[in-house]
Amino acid sequence: MSNKPTTLFDKVWDAHVVRRIEDGPDVFFIDRHFIHEVTSPVAFLGLESRGIKVMFPEHTFATADHNTPTVNQHLPVADPLSANQLKALEQNSAKYGISHWGLGNPKNGIVHVVGPENGITLPGMTIVCGDSHTSTHGAFGAIAFGIGTSEVEMVLSSQCIMQPKPLKMRINVTGSLGKAVTPKDVTLYIISQLTTAGATGYFVEYAGEVFEKMSMEGRMTVCNMSIEMGARGGMIAPDETTFAYINGRELAPKGEAWDKALAYWKTLKTDEGATFDKEYNFNAADIEPMITYGTNPGMGMGISKSIPKGADLKGGAATYDKSLNYMGFHEQDQMIGKKVDYVFIGSCTNGRIEDFRAFASIVKGRKKADHVTAWVVPGSHIVESQIKEEGILDILTEAGFALRQPGCSACLAMNDDKVPAGKYAVSTSNRNFEGRQGPGSRTMLASPLVAAAAAITGYVTDPRDLM
Amino acid sequence: MAYDKFNELTSTAVPLPIENVDTDQIIPARFLKATKREGFGDNLFRDWRYNADNTPKQDFVLNNPVYTGKILVGGTNFGSGSSREHAAWAIYDYGFRCVVSSFFADIFKNNAINMGILPVQVSPEFLAKIFSSIEADPKNQFTVSLPDQTITILSTGEKETFNINGYKKHNLLNGFDDIDYLQAMKEDIAGFAKTHAI
Repeated sequence: MSNKPTTLFDKVWDAHVVRRIEDGPDVFFIDRHFIHEVTSPVAFLGLESRGIKVMFPEHTFATADHNTPTVNQHLPVADPLSANQLKALEQNSAKYGISHWGLGNPKNGIVHVVGPENGITLPGMTIVCGDSHTSTHGAFGAIAFGIGTSEVEMVLSSQCIMQPKPLKMRINVTGSLGKAVTPKDVTLYIISQLTTAGATGYFVEYAGEVFEKMSMEGRMTVCNMSIEMGARGGMIAPDETTFAYINGRELAPKGEAWDKALAYWKTLKTDEGATFDKEYNFNAADIEPMITYGTNPGMGMGISKSIPKGADLKGGAATYDKSLNYMGFHEQDQMIGKKVDYVFIGSCTNGRIEDFRAFASIVKGRKKADHVTAWVVPGSHIVESQIKEEGILDILTEAGFALRQPGCSACLAMNDDKVPAGKYAVSTSNRNFEGRQGPGSRTMLASPLVAAAAAITGYVTDPRDLM
Repeated sequence: MAYDKFNELTSTAVPLPIENVDTDQIIPARFLKATKREGFGDNLFRDWRYNADNTPKQDFVLNNPVYTGKILVGGTNFGSGSSREHAAWAIYDYGFRCVVSSFFADIFKNNAINMGILPVQVSPEFLAKIFSSIEADPKNQFTVSLPDQTITILSTGEKETFNINGYKKHNLLNGFDDIDYLQAMKEDIAGFAKTHAI
């Protein structure tokens, strides 16, 4: 080991390189692999056609989430295609000896929620899944990123993928966050500054006071959205907050193994003087509750402001008119006061207990607007249980909200939770692409607080007015 | 999944001068329910290509018979968003073998190569020239040469080089894939796993 100052990213990456190929990618070892029903079936078909086995089935974990109903999960899945995918996941997992948390399993939930809450996700690991929001797990100081189905097949068959090492970026946010400014607002703000392609080719480390003070749930929200600015992933150095979150979780190391792991985890930070290919500095005081007005996550703005002029945009000016036209908005419109038809709280971005606590803090003692359809979807059964145990369900019920069952739900609208064409949704999920929440749906991304304020008033509302 | 070899391709091209084309546009999530890798081309750009009643949208480029070819030319930041490899499958299944843009999202680029589609990244200026050439005459052809790493506008002879790492280039030229490579080094991987704690 040399004494050269090294980044957290380099420490973790370099510890996983099995072979460096000249003028090519690294053969990169994967510690944890998550699979779900949508992006894995073809990978298993590939294994079968080649006649190869799963090399380390104990390092792969299967959960059903993308394509599952969020009501009546005890009944057979009505859509035959969805049912077929769920069955394929179950059969493939059984055949190759992979642990499978299907519908009805008490550990079932969204892959990026259940990995951390069961202690599968740990600092210093490399974690992949056929889902771009795998970046979530970077909150623990892991290198975690989404892969395609061909790469799922590689991991199953060899526990490795072929990956060129990305460039390194550090994003520092210093100072203290203002009232009603949540981790979701921090990430939407950063993406609005960098644009939707601003970090493509990079792996991001988030650093500074704001992230140091942030809960693990908040850090997961931020790392989750790294892909929305093009980064493969984002990570935060593990600290006491991280260790306290992991300690005692079912699959986390225990006893002597814990002590050994902890000693290693404490070395996982960027050394003083280590350099990055690109570095950004932001001030927390510049961030207010955010909302998106366009059709990519980079088109976000402070909720009290008016829609920026196309000519002032850093990227995407050419498609600005197309975006606004799709949304039915105009340059310089105020977002506050726009009518809202649907509200969705949930997803791998904002489907954790802290998000429902925030949502409940606003709806408590108030009533849902009559014209709003609200989907309240926990990220997992464990989150669902917490919602009940903490009395949040009572608050929701009194305010006119019903709690659904866990899954990806309206984030990508593969199941029946679809926003109808032309309707407006305030959503705590991660993408506002055209038709993302159903053909013709119009999505405004925001935090759980902004979503709650919209659900109560029926219009885009500054949550600070209700606090 | 082993794929076709890619050497040189001369073809007309289909223009899609839209920035930030995301994978939800390339293939919407509701069409990801298959358990086999077949038929995704029918739903390529589904919501831009068809109305809600499944009638074709006349103003979308794939519905205009004037534009044909095996090369798809897109605006900057092509393929952003989801990691769904189905996006690459849909483009391949429709008949494209090469996508040209001035910038690609990372995961899409990997997925395309793993499917045997060549992503060609050109400068914004050269991209504009390609769009102009198609606009001037949709019958204009382009040659993409992987051995030379060049793309040429045949009507004017203008040419630009593109980057691809030597390993991937070798694979595409020979129709090899990463799984072949990894299978051949399994002993090394097993050895690594033994010494690698976690």
